[in-house]
Order: sequence, then C-alpha cells, then structure tokens
Amino acid sequence: MHTKKTQTAASAFRAAFPLTLPVMAGYLFLGMTYGILMVTSGFPVYYPILTAVVVYTGSMEFLLVSILLSPYHPMACFLTALMVGARHLFYGISMLDRYKGTGWKKFYLIYTTSDETFAVNYSAAIPEGIDRGWFYFQVSLLDQLYWVAGAALGALSGSQITFNTRGLDFVMTAMFVTIFLNQWVRDRERGYASELIGVLGALLCLLMFGPDRFMIPAMGVILAALTILRPWLLKREKMADIHYKEEKCQNE
Amino acid sequence: MSEMTELQQAVTVGAAVFATILTRFLPYILFPAGKETPAFVRYLGSYLAPAVFGLLVIYCLRNVSFSSGGTFGIPETAALAVVTVTFLWKRSMLISMASGTILYMVLVQTVFS
Repeated sequence: MHTKKTQTAASAFRAAFPLTLPVMAGYLFLGMTYGILMVTSGFPVYYPILTAVVVYTGSMEFLLVSILLSPYHPMACFLTALMVGARHLFYGISMLDRYKGTGWKKFYLIYTTSDETFAVNYSAAIPEGIDRGWFYFQVSLLDQLYWVAGAALGALSGSQITFNTRGLDFVMTAMFVTIFLNQWVRDRERGYASELIGVLGALLCLLMFGPDRFMIPAMGVILAALTILRPWLLKREKMADIHYKEEKCQNE
Repeated sequence: MSEMTELQQAVTVGAAVFATILTRFLPYILFPAGKETPAFVRYLGSYLAPAVFGLLVIYCLRNVSFSSGGTFGIPETAALAVVTVTFLWKRSMLISMASGTILYMVLVQTVFS
C-alpha cells in the first residue's frame, strides 16, 4: 500500500518536474532579487524567507518592502494586498473543477495559487495514468520551493553574484506568452474570443490608466465583456460543436 | 530602516497574508464542491482563463517604452517574435521560452545596454 502511494507520487513528479523548469529559472531569479532588496533595505535575513513562505505572491512581497519602510498603516496594507491579489479570484473560478476531489492536497493547492502555478496547472495536459492531485500538488510545491530558495539565496549571498543576469526575468514573460499561444492554437472552435477580449481589454486599460493601475479596471472590462457576450459566445460554441460532430460522423 | 516596531511589522505582514488568503480561497468558499455551481460561474470557469493569460502577457509588458530615450521596445518585440515563431514551428514551450529569453538577455546586455 505504502509503496503504491510512493509510486503514484513518483510518477506524478516525473510528469510535473519538467513543466516547472521555466518557473524555476524565473522564481530563483526574482526570488533572489526580492531577498537582496529586503536585506539591503535593512531587514533581517529571515524576513524575506518567512514572507516568501507565508505571503507567497511576488508582486505583493515587493510592495511589502516599501510598505514596511513607511509609517504603520495595516489597513492600507490589507487593501493593497486585496487589490494586488484580486486576480486570484479569476484563477480560483477557473480551477474550481480541476482542483475538485484532490482531498487533503486541496488546501495547499489553493493556498499556493500563484500566476505561474495557475498557468502551469491550468494548461497542463496531464498524461493518462498520472494522479491529478499529486501532479498539481508537486507543481505547486516545487514552485514555492523555488521561490523560497531564491529569496533565501538572495538574502544570504546579497550582491555577490558575478554572473550577468540582466534580462533573465524575461523568462516569465516568455512563459506567459507561450501559454497564451498554446491556448490560442487550441481555441479555434471558440473563435479566439476570450483571448482577444483579454488582450484588447488589457491594452485599452493600460492606455487609459497607465502601468501601475490598469489591472483592476482591466479585470472589470474583461468580466463585463464576457458577461455581455455570453449568449452569443455560447451559441457559437454550440454551433461549432455540432459542426465538429458532423465532420466526425462523415469521416467515420 | 523601518520606523515600525517589530509587532507593527508582524501585524502589517499579517494583514498582507490575510488579504492574500482571502482572495485565493473566496471562490472555493462561495462555490463549494458539494453544491451545484451556478451556470454563469461555470461559463466563466471555461472562458475566463484564456482572457486572463492575455491580461498577464500585457501585464508583463506594461513597462516597455516605445518612446525615444528608451529602447523603442525592440528587445521585447524581437524576443516575442522569436517565441511566437519557434512555438508555431516546434510547438515546444521550453524551446520557445529558452530561445526568447536568451535572445532578450543578449540584446539588453550588448546592443541595448
């Protein structure tokens, strides 16, 4: 019994690990930047490590450095974290079905939902015979380990790195772009409607509100567009479905 | 150095943790697995994610400057072109990410440094 469980976990690990490699590169690098920033701002070494474990949301941690250096105002910090984390609501809604029935692992899966972990777990084509729960769990755990390890490395080594890492953070952008493309090529029946709404809504709000405050309005625009277009989109999907089935029948 | 006492710092970090946990758990609390999820939320569950990936791409590129004085967004545009072309060609996410990132690093460290 015990060995069977170990085998299940091990085969899920072999499927999960390669997909986390780009996250490893990005998180180690960004995590180190965070660790260095915290320590050079005058905080003890364990601060970045501890916050990397408990807060575990990159954008908020970077903000936390400047918040901790400002006058005491926990309510403002709470509201900022709510706004920065608002996109997690979208991730949660998208993962409701996928994380269903994962047992004790579900709590950890939800707790460690980050942009990258969501992206990998949402888009992963999990091979047949691999346990879904273990797959999601190990992606989530590995990603968090990379982030914490990065923060610890940065905090401990400070600025002693000689390797020129400039531009390495682009790996995150590249990852989201490939996931977006991967989604795009699979979304023909739906006419790429979601993708276009996402990109155009975000661009519009970026132009209107600027880089620091466009996320929340963009989420509002996307939600509104999907709500208004819902009857039309569902009708289209149904038509495409019928078309697809007819094609299949003819081929058989 | 921080002006806050250690307790105040702990409360501040705690506020960030609490808010973050709230955003992560809220959908699962509102729509528990045992109960029927409303049709609208199920619709969002399948249509929202592709839009969010589009939003995240724009989010990553939000600080690229296309004006004079910057790099005109040339390193980003070139790297994204490589990512897209290699992906459509090879359909391998790792190859696309690696080639795009390496090109970007070379560009910002040499030509646009």
